[in-house]
Amino acid sequence: MITETFPAISRVFHWLMAVLILAMLFIGIGMVASLTDYHWLVSIHKPLGILILILTAIRLINRQLNPPPPLPADLPAPIRAAAIGSHLLLYGLMFAVPLVGWAMLSAGAYPVSLFGAFVLPPIAPHDPTLYAALRTTHTVLALLFFAVILAHIGAALLHGLVFRDGVFHSMPRCTE
Amino acid sequence: MVESSNPEPTARQDGSRYALSNLFRTSMLPRLALIGVVLLALAGAFAATAGWLSPQRLTPEKIVARFEEYNGVHPGFRRNHAKGVCVSGVFESSGEGAAISRASLFRPDASVPVFGRFALAGGNPFMADSPAAVRSLALNFALPDRELWRTGMNDIPVFPVKDAQGFYDFLAATRPDPKTGKPDPAKMEAFLKAHPEAPAALKLITGRQMAEGFADATYNSLNAFEFVDAHGTETPVRWSVMPVDPPKPDAAPEEGENYLFDALAGELESAPLRWRLVATVGEPGDSTSDPTIPWPDGRRKVTLGTLTLDRVEDEEHGPCRDVTFDPLILPDGIASSDDQILSARSAAYAVSFREREGETKEPSAVEIANPGSDAK
Repeated sequence: MITETFPAISRVFHWLMAVLILAMLFIGIGMVASLTDYHWLVSIHKPLGILILILTAIRLINRQLNPPPPLPADLPAPIRAAAIGSHLLLYGLMFAVPLVGWAMLSAGAYPVSLFGAFVLPPIAPHDPTLYAALRTTHTVLALLFFAVILAHIGAALLHGLVFRDGVFHSMPRCTE
Repeated sequence: MVESSNPEPTARQDGSRYALSNLFRTSMLPRLALIGVVLLALAGAFAATAGWLSPQRLTPEKIVARFEEYNGVHPGFRRNHAKGVCVSGVFESSGEGAAISRASLFRPDASVPVFGRFALAGGNPFMADSPAAVRSLALNFALPDRELWRTGMNDIPVFPVKDAQGFYDFLAATRPDPKTGKPDPAKMEAFLKAHPEAPAALKLITGRQMAEGFADATYNSLNAFEFVDAHGTETPVRWSVMPVDPPKPDAAPEEGENYLFDALAGELESAPLRWRLVATVGEPGDSTSDPTIPWPDGRRKVTLGTLTLDRVEDEEHGPCRDVTFDPLILPDGIASSDDQILSARSAAYAVSFREREGETKEPSAVEIANPGSDAK
């Protein structure tokens, strides 16, 4: 049982990025199956991905400055390992998916246009084989990300509804 | 609410609340069911967005798959406009476009490197050149600060259909019947009935004045775009690349599977080819959404600049193979119009690009000996 909660700033990051990342995953999976809506969805997808990358970096710094509350002392080792592992995976994917997307566009000689005339520099060489590999990696990692988010939501609800150990309530509303 | 309706299973800190025996108590089943419903709803929404629940929906993959079905899969080649050759040169701005577009390449005295690709419409990279083959020119303008402009143009006056479904059906209707070698008239009739914009457009396309070769053809954007000026004002345009003093067609009879490409290579090796990039300015009432409708004659034309092409290379050695001429790769100052075909082209080109970039590349049917590049 824990009573400590996440610092307010961490909660803002959590809920803001929850909305952005879920929106991003839905836009991504939707746009590749779209014809008429493809272009405007891609136009959101690129700058939103870079925004998530920047927010992730700031969030990780914040995590060092404002550490999260400890897990319950009596949490069994397998659940503890799953909790720590899934959070490492979530943070890793928050970095990896946008970085792979940026590198993929670089390798495919696409301009990484964000808005107006602003185009990011390439972070990978123009290379067809590399493009194909990164393009597939981008999709695979995004699907893994969605699966881990489902597991994260399922685990949070288990803590709140079944274990009732205070973990669910350590991440309450955005501002409280 | 849920918290208070059930007593705390245990107040002890011995981890017993995490035991499976606690998880699967009868009183917990509604809660577990609720969690399952939440997760299923989210996963279901994701699957619906991905189109996994609507297999009948037309997708970019299906359009590319139809090209592959009709032409065979030719690994490493574009799924459409498969037979082509790379060219490069320079674009020099006239400055006249700067009033309607803030794109940096239209500023007075702007000069940007260009590469491009001449090709024939069709998914077979080994098709024989023929007088009636639709010719295309795709260009990549490399603007300062990493901006790119890519455009793919064709030597036909209008596009045959106004949306992706129309194009998908057009492919089926124009597919040669294996028995007769010609499209099935019944299928064509059904197609024309289902897509009422197509008959007039096809009449304009088949009745066009055909160029002799690549060098004397005019290439049209077909789709409309918006030019955006420094104040954000949008001007609808369609653009064309028109030959300046094209070489006189060879009097010798056309021969060989690659006679169009061979003639182009010969011309480019003897002297640079020059073209004018001209924007036609639409007026209120001119359709921007429907590429089957030509704009009336007499619309204002703005000569944006001169394109000089002076180098030809085959796909294996040139710069054009491993890029996609997605028509919506645009610099600031040029924007998409409300033409649905543009987004559909963008999506389908991305699928073709993704597939072919992962495949082992074969040499093109058009091979160019490049003494110039060997000497370097």
